Amino acid sequence: MTIDQPRNDKDGAVSSHDGHSEVATRDGAPAQFENPGLPPHVHRAGDHDEKAAKRSERQVAALFTMSMLGTVLFIVSYFAISADDVVTLPLIGPMKALHAALGTTLAMSLLGIGLGAVHWAKTLMSDEEVVEERHTLRSPDEARDGALKILEEGAESAQLKRRPLVKYTLGASMGLFALPLGLQLVGSLGPLRRSKVVGDLQTTLWDSKLPNGKPRRLMRDPDNTPIRLSDVTLGSVFHVLPEGIDEAAHPQNEKVKASVILVSLEESVIKSAREKAWGIGGVVAYSKICTHVGCPVGLYEQQTHHLLCPCHQSTFDMTDDCKVVFGPAGHPLPQLKISVDTEGYIVADQGFKEPVGPSFWERS
Amino acid sequence: MSALAARRRHPAALLIVLIFAMAVLGGLYAVLAPKSADAAEATANSGQITAGRQLFISNCASCHGSNAAGGPAGPSLVGVGAASVDFQVGTGRMPLQQPGVQAQRANKPQFTQAEINQLAAYVASLGTGPAVPPSQYTNGGGNIAKGGELFRVNCAMCHNFAGSGGALTRGKYAPSLMDVSGKHVYEAMLTGPQSMPVFNDTNLSPQDKKDIISYLKNVKEEPSQGGHNLGLFGPVPEGMFAWTIGIGILIGAAVWLGRKAA
Repeated sequence: MTIDQPRNDKDGAVSSHDGHSEVATRDGAPAQFENPGLPPHVHRAGDHDEKAAKRSERQVAALFTMSMLGTVLFIVSYFAISADDVVTLPLIGPMKALHAALGTTLAMSLLGIGLGAVHWAKTLMSDEEVVEERHTLRSPDEARDGALKILEEGAESAQLKRRPLVKYTLGASMGLFALPLGLQLVGSLGPLRRSKVVGDLQTTLWDSKLPNGKPRRLMRDPDNTPIRLSDVTLGSVFHVLPEGIDEAAHPQNEKVKASVILVSLEESVIKSAREKAWGIGGVVAYSKICTHVGCPVGLYEQQTHHLLCPCHQSTFDMTDDCKVVFGPAGHPLPQLKISVDTEGYIVADQGFKEPVGPSFWERS
Repeated sequence: MSALAARRRHPAALLIVLIFAMAVLGGLYAVLAPKSADAAEATANSGQITAGRQLFISNCASCHGSNAAGGPAGPSLVGVGAASVDFQVGTGRMPLQQPGVQAQRANKPQFTQAEINQLAAYVASLGTGPAVPPSQYTNGGGNIAKGGELFRVNCAMCHNFAGSGGALTRGKYAPSLMDVSGKHVYEAMLTGPQSMPVFNDTNLSPQDKKDIISYLKNVKEEPSQGGHNLGLFGPVPEGMFAWTIGIGILIGAAVWLGRKAA
């Protein structure tokens, strides 16, 4: 781009601003269009006919009166109707009478004012078109110079120039204040706490034994009772949490990682040898945390043996290592190896062999 | 009619048509919505078994085989129990009305409760299976808070937090539980019909099932606090309502405000 170009632009802008029509157009169209002006004014019925105007006045007054009535009824129903009363309304069915009355009367009250004002403006207030020219946006030069002077005087009276120490320490403190904001971002999401965060993501409560050294039992959610193998009849689904989760340091954090779904399949339909080996005669346990974004995968279809995630419809095949058969999930749900303890309850021998839940960078 | 036609471009016409359409739809729904059927309990004796076998031969055997051992079109019914028959026939899912991805509930079962009891007695005589639950567990009156917790852990992922139902894969769906009798809810948990898994009495004890049924009854009977609940389907239809109807009304109001009176 040359230096001449912007100067030409500026000239063009100035000339058109001045109203010169020297700027020629290529296709012969006029350089400036004639201002078409306003369309002819159409008068309303009420502008000439006093009877119509009177009618409008009465309508506006009626709407305002409706508003007053609504307000009075609101106050009356607030005191008169009990909060326990139930009224059956068409389309809605049974609902709290007090809320229905308050809503209706408040609507009457507000709509009366609004509709009345609009009707008033439309039928009675003058609707003659008025043109008001916009003033120039640039302030006069004296005002601009004055504003600058005020700023300079302010800086002078604050002694910014005479006391540089104040200026520099203020600047430094403002600059340093950016650090805490950035630190949270880098510290919590970035490398500073990475080993802690990644370690948390790669382990669940199932990896650890109970304080007495026994493996954790599979417990019913929310009853927290252990499950016997004989309880899990064919086609059953149990929603499971690890034993001792309430004693963990952060039970809720453990819950979102350690939730498990326990399903009883016919052993003959299981295709994967590992799945058979990690289950007990067709009873298998899988992580309930979706590998897409971590929703609880709970929709088990007994006939297709598909496990469906309610959030994004990722579908896992429970007969084949919970591989993804549909949807956005990236990898299969991890299986939990289970066996039966001496008392007949189902326990987890070991933790998940891969991290549960969605992918993350350091997931191996 | 000409007066009506002359006003069809009136600013309020759209609003009136909209309100009229909503009223008609709501009225139709109120008239056509399925009603729940109450029924007595099934008891078995040899006379009932014989009568049930006759009913079975003439109505069910073409799919399930003449000895109920299963056929090309239907599974074996040996050991499914009386609860399964009472659920499937009592809700009108069986006899199957039309082939499809799943058997659908009918507004009216095709048999009387006495006939269903006879069928159930016959199927129960073929092999042990879950029996029809006693009414003490199916009529509500349990712990609603506990039932709600159990429902949210075990049922809500398919049937929705308020029991309004939801979609499964390939056109299958979990039906709404709002107009299902407590007995049928209990039997469905016990037997796991179609896509639904089994929740036997060791998973959810009879008392747990009673609590769940009480919770569902409470959801159904609880009066609405703030007007129409939009089917209790959650944020998607509620958002859609706000974006279409709500914003539609706002746009209509803006257009009306901006119009000149003459």
